[in-house]
Amino acid sequence: MIPAAFEYVRPSTVDEALRALADGGEDAKILAGGQSLIPVMRLRLAAPSTVVDLTRVSELRGVREDGDALVIGAMTTHSDVVSDPLIAQHAPLIAQATETVADRQVRHRGTFGGALAHADPAGDLPAVALALDAEFVLAGAGGRRTVPAREFFVDYLTTALAEDEILVEVRVPKLAGQWGMHYEKFNRVAQAWSIVAVAAAVRREDGHIAEARIGLTNMGPTPLRATATEQALAGATAGADAIAGAAAHAAEGTAPSDDLNAKADYREHLARVLTRRAVTAAAGIQG
Amino acid sequence: MTAVEDRPATAGPAKEVGQARRRKEDARLITGKTTWTDNLVLPGMLHLAVVRSPFAHAKILAVDVEAARSAPNVVAVLTGQDFKEEQGSIPCAWPVTPDMVNPGHPSVAVEEVNHVGEAVAVIVARSKAAAQDAVELVDVDYHPLPVVVDMERATGANPDLCHDHLDTNESFRWIFDAGEAGTGQNTDEAFAAADVVVRRRFVQQRLIPAFMEPRATVVQPQGDGYTMWSSTQVPHILRIMLAMITGVPEHKLRVIAPDVGGGFGGKLQVTPEEVLTLLVARKLGKPVKWTETRSESLMSAHHGRDQIQHIEIAADREGNVKGLKVHLLADMGAYLRLVSPGVPILGAFMFPGIYKFPAYRFDCQGVFTNKTPTDAYRGAGRPEATFAIERIMDELAVELDMDPLELRRKNWIGAQEFPFTTVAGLEYDSGDYDEATRQALELLGYDELRAEQQRRRETNDPVQLGIGFSTFTEMCGLAPSRVLGSHPYGAGGWEHASIRMLPTGKVEVVTGSTPHGQGHETAWSQLVADELGVPFEDVEVLHGDTAISARGLDTYGSRSLVVGGAAVVNAAQKVVAKARTVAAHLLEASEEDLQFEGGTFSVRGTPGTGVSIQELALATFAAHNFPEGVEPSLDADATFDPVNFSFPHGTHVCAMEVDTETGRVSIRKYACVDDVGKIVNPLIVEGQVHGGLAQGIAQALYEEAVYDADGNLTTGTFVDYLVPSAADLPHFDTANTVHEAPGNPIGAKGVGEAGCIASTPAVVNAALDAVRHLGVSDILMPLTPERVWRAIHQGGDGGDRATAGTNAYGGAQTETTTGVSTPESSLGGDR
Ligand SMILES: Cc1cc2nc3c(=O)[nH]c(=O)nc-3n(C[C@H](O)[C@H](O)[C@H](O)COP(=O)(O)OP(=O)(O)OC[C@H]3O[C@@H](n4cnc5c(N)ncnc54)[C@H](O)[C@@H]3O)c2cc1C
Repeated sequence: MIPAAFEYVRPSTVDEALRALADGGEDAKILAGGQSLIPVMRLRLAAPSTVVDLTRVSELRGVREDGDALVIGAMTTHSDVVSDPLIAQHAPLIAQATETVADRQVRHRGTFGGALAHADPAGDLPAVALALDAEFVLAGAGGRRTVPAREFFVDYLTTALAEDEILVEVRVPKLAGQWGMHYEKFNRVAQAWSIVAVAAAVRREDGHIAEARIGLTNMGPTPLRATATEQALAGATAGADAIAGAAAHAAEGTAPSDDLNAKADYREHLARVLTRRAVTAAAGIQG
Repeated sequence: MTAVEDRPATAGPAKEVGQARRRKEDARLITGKTTWTDNLVLPGMLHLAVVRSPFAHAKILAVDVEAARSAPNVVAVLTGQDFKEEQGSIPCAWPVTPDMVNPGHPSVAVEEVNHVGEAVAVIVARSKAAAQDAVELVDVDYHPLPVVVDMERATGANPDLCHDHLDTNESFRWIFDAGEAGTGQNTDEAFAAADVVVRRRFVQQRLIPAFMEPRATVVQPQGDGYTMWSSTQVPHILRIMLAMITGVPEHKLRVIAPDVGGGFGGKLQVTPEEVLTLLVARKLGKPVKWTETRSESLMSAHHGRDQIQHIEIAADREGNVKGLKVHLLADMGAYLRLVSPGVPILGAFMFPGIYKFPAYRFDCQGVFTNKTPTDAYRGAGRPEATFAIERIMDELAVELDMDPLELRRKNWIGAQEFPFTTVAGLEYDSGDYDEATRQALELLGYDELRAEQQRRRETNDPVQLGIGFSTFTEMCGLAPSRVLGSHPYGAGGWEHASIRMLPTGKVEVVTGSTPHGQGHETAWSQLVADELGVPFEDVEVLHGDTAISARGLDTYGSRSLVVGGAAVVNAAQKVVAKARTVAAHLLEASEEDLQFEGGTFSVRGTPGTGVSIQELALATFAAHNFPEGVEPSLDADATFDPVNFSFPHGTHVCAMEVDTETGRVSIRKYACVDDVGKIVNPLIVEGQVHGGLAQGIAQALYEEAVYDADGNLTTGTFVDYLVPSAADLPHFDTANTVHEAPGNPIGAKGVGEAGCIASTPAVVNAALDAVRHLGVSDILMPLTPERVWRAIHQGGDGGDRATAGTNAYGGAQTETTTGVSTPESSLGGDR
């Protein structure tokens, strides 16, 4: 369909973008890759008065190292993420999950920051950011602030971003020790969103699981950590039985919805099965 | 003086028929460098946008158009009140019973809306954007009425009514009884005497044709006439029907289907939007364009399938089938469109499949619900029938503890028994079911997969394996006009072609079968190249414009090659006969002494003499030296009316893995051997089979048009209406056996629908075969992972899905993509 009429601004720096956002008032919207925003505008679910297009803000694009952290610019496209050597080295979970996002065309335009700022519960990257304890750097008129992942995702399609703020980058701590990671996605056709997915990062030490971080996709209005499973895994032997036992707690504290693809009880079941599979793969043992 | 190069008379070109020619139309279709209807821009052209009902059933109390009318660049806003005198009703060409109830189908609602997405007003503006903006400004006051969404409730006691002015939700009841028709025994007696009776209730979910190019129509008034371009499968039928509805005389209306991007039956229609575009152009005297959005297409272009099937099969203990009973509820949706009631009736003859049933009874109720009307969708009636028979054969095999293939073999028509008249009264033309099955098993690697299935069962593997069959036939080549007349369909089933020999020896072929992606231009060129002995490249195929192709009945029902191609061949043979007379004159020989080979006439036994048909074209154009009393033209036309249908058949075998932990099914291997008669172009045949398989598999696993309790379509975008892509489909192992159809000069049987008809039951049977030992005997389509998981772990058939759409795009349902939100609806009351 055709979106409602809007003003269009294309700044080239973050400061210009912030000014454009402030000038645009309440109904101004940031446009990143447009893979979520344009469809909702075309369906007239959103009708921003001003669209601030970030595609020319080159400082927002790219991946770099900063001490103990990997810094991913908000405007780094999914396809850049998939092929980035630093991500492959320090956070392969991000690349693996991003590879499951949509199709080649969408990955070519869609961005890491856009996916996180959009905070679709069925989107694949929020749970990954949560599992990796990423930090979100937000720029506003009053300067920059950093928000941990646990506080960034507030509710359904709602984040800690204020209306006049821009997500500029995401800082992912480099993990020390022997970590294995796996993203286990469950959907019906190749280019679709997750019905449920599980992001797992597991640190092994002498045949044991020292630490596990597990993010759940689409098990509630925001991404969630499978806290009970993480606790059960801490210090457990890295074996099939222990993992299965811990994974049985994966749906605790979740609040999944009913839709065409799955009713809540089936989603809870999937969370348990997929958690077992994700942890098993991340721990590098035979299922 | 020759217009073409001399070619030795003996070495004609290799035969074109049978060659895997790449399609000559593809480059322009794929690059879009062609006239899709929406590409057309005419001077002064206005744009339409349609205001659609968010209610499934309501009275229209008032339509306030003032705000929309005064919006920028809006030229007019028109409602049902403006059109009620002139819009007539969308035609139903197939009144299946004399007392069929037809509520009448206004193009724009006047007093009552009966499904979400029904037109209530049209905006006419100077740009598409202006028209779309004004849609939101039209304020319609609705009084909601009870909504009918469930066919069983609609036909039960004291139902709510789909149409306020009718006293029933039943449109028709149509019965075929072989005993009464004299084509079989008494069904009740056959059942009473049988050792075993198996009864099942199958559900054919509602599907959406989902063609790639959305519908679009442009109308240009010219003098006292009109030219309409429309993305339609049926320009010829559309012209006649529009003339009858609107009173524009037929000869003042020219309809053009330019290149059309798919239809699958979904553009075999006279649509409300086509009528409205014409009426608006007539009212305003200006060119007008309407192009739909994908959301509009999903909710307002006609849907397909949607049947509840009660199937009963009777047999003796040894597995000889004794009788078949079918009771259908067929959902018409809210209105009858062009052939809505005919779809299940077309299927009526195919339920017995390839088996020798002595007794058969078919009973169908057409039911109204407050949903988008249903009509033809690839296979139209035959996939539904094939699914039912191929599923119930498996159920009978289980009941008898017999191998499903053994049961089929025992009952199918033997290769030596053709032509065979079935219990439904059809005369099957040719085939060899055993041979196709043998080859399909080999392609699949049947024995190894069975062994693996056994291993997986024994080790209790979480991933189980199953193998499913579909040994199918279908009736194609629609259709003998006399048969259609007896049913009683409103038109004939013939097809027309003409051939024009141009002075330079090039050839124009005009066909009445209007393609919408099938590759007619290539296949027809191959046919004509062989008949006339001219190069493939020298043939141009024209179609789709009623001013160029004056007579035609268009493309559907796997009819184009079988009926339309036959007309082309017959016309070409007439051209050759005329050319022979001219050749005899020029070569000073008698016609009987001429031979025609490789496009050249020569005198038998006199080497070195000869004149090519392309040279004769120029000689005819000049007409200087012409036989006495013969008109100077080689052109010819032909109309072919088949005497019988053709009956492609085949064996499809699917091997399916089922992850019992998650319920996910994935096709491990798929093999099929189809007999489509003579193959004119193997590449096109394979393409049609692949596309058909994709759609048939999609019905089994992915697609469903879901409505919630308020009659909102919750699969209103492609996020929720899941059309699989190549990434979701397996490799297909395909092959063919060839038993030519005796009923047409080509020997072809039709391939457009085969894959779609055959595959669905093979896929479902395979999934069931994988989990039957776990107590599962049926799973509703589509086999979503959730349903499969529930069937395995909770029993039953997987049950109904939740109706709410997924939350991607923030829940893509809005009142413009689906319908209205109430506390009851799955859209949520606070949207
Ligand atoms: C067909 C299809 C399939 C898809 N499948 C999947 C899938 O399987 N998994 C998945 O995870 N996603 C999927 N997506 C969504 C895809 O990942 C999008 O790219 C992503 O959700 C949004 O990224 P974007 O850059 O396009 O953001 P946009 O659409 O441009 O923006 C999305 C929202 O975020 C806001 N925003 C964007 N950038 C910033 C910023 N820097 N600061 C503040 N706010 C910002 C915008 O204002 C807007 O509200 C799919 C999309 C399509 C079209």
